[in-house]
Amino acid sequence: MTRRRLVTALLVLAVLALFALPLLLDGGAEYAGTDGQATAAIEESGYRPWFESVFSPSSAEVESGLFALQAALGGGVLGYVLGRLRGRRQAARPDQQPADDT
Amino acid sequence: MHIAEGFLPAPHAIGWTVAAAPFVVHGARAVAREVREHPESTLLLGAAGAFTFVLSAIKLPSVFGSSSHPTGTGAGAVLFRPPVMALLGTVVLLFQALLLAHGGLTTLGANAFAFAVVGPWAGYGAYRLTRALGAGLLPGVFVALALADLATYVTTSLQLALAFPDPAGGLAGAAVKFLGVFALTQVPLAVGEGLLGVLLFRVLTVNARPELERLGVLPPEPAPTEERA
Repeated sequence: MTRRRLVTALLVLAVLALFALPLLLDGGAEYAGTDGQATAAIEESGYRPWFESVFSPSSAEVESGLFALQAALGGGVLGYVLGRLRGRRQAARPDQQPADDT
Repeated sequence: MHIAEGFLPAPHAIGWTVAAAPFVVHGARAVAREVREHPESTLLLGAAGAFTFVLSAIKLPSVFGSSSHPTGTGAGAVLFRPPVMALLGTVVLLFQALLLAHGGLTTLGANAFAFAVVGPWAGYGAYRLTRALGAGLLPGVFVALALADLATYVTTSLQLALAFPDPAGGLAGAAVKFLGVFALTQVPLAVGEGLLGVLLFRVLTVNARPELERLGVLPPEPAPTEERA
């Protein structure tokens, strides 16, 4: 049981380290998006896009807000489902403590 | 991995749309059948879709100096087989193309092919292979999610190389160039995504055991193993 919790904590730490490390090391990198790097490389060859997005967020703030909205929707639904599944398991065994919970 | 709107020449845009369409239609039927025949799967289907939704919204820095986002399509591929993800992944891409100006309608086919077809199938193939070699569920999940992520970005690189061959290096030169942009950056992200998948499935194996047994992800157990208090 405690071992299970330890493994969970280590997994979470590993994920955090994986993405915090580049920021901490900070070798002067800008962390530009790869999608943008690819379009820049294509435009260098003289190619011009022939179709515009039907809707473009008017500013970087609006865009990041919409990305946050997407993450919130996904995270919300995922949390709802996992919460329901966990509640269902606990309701099925009311006599037992939720011992193997993560 | 999003090829931006208008950034594929029309013949390529049409070609990839034609290539991806049957997978997406088949995926839509697979989702409809799953919901009809196993209504109890709806919760987990929602979880699979939500996992892709949240992961593909988050751009993460990579140790190689640029940033990109995971895909999250491997989880649903392991749970429900890849066709289901062809639909769910395309819905995510459509959302991003319409609301975020990320990806596009003309490039939806190519992006869906990389994100919702190749990724899930590569992840599922890797999962089946690792399981066949005797590995447990969680190592299989790790490999599936990491490979689904990586395969998507390799596919995007090859799609761009095909559309924009290098004047000097030709197709191979362009492939190296685009793989240099996408693939290397993606390696740490793929590892992180694999770990997140392991976290998700650790929760699911405890709380969604009946569903996982029915889906064949876990072997059926005749009786609860835990003794009652």
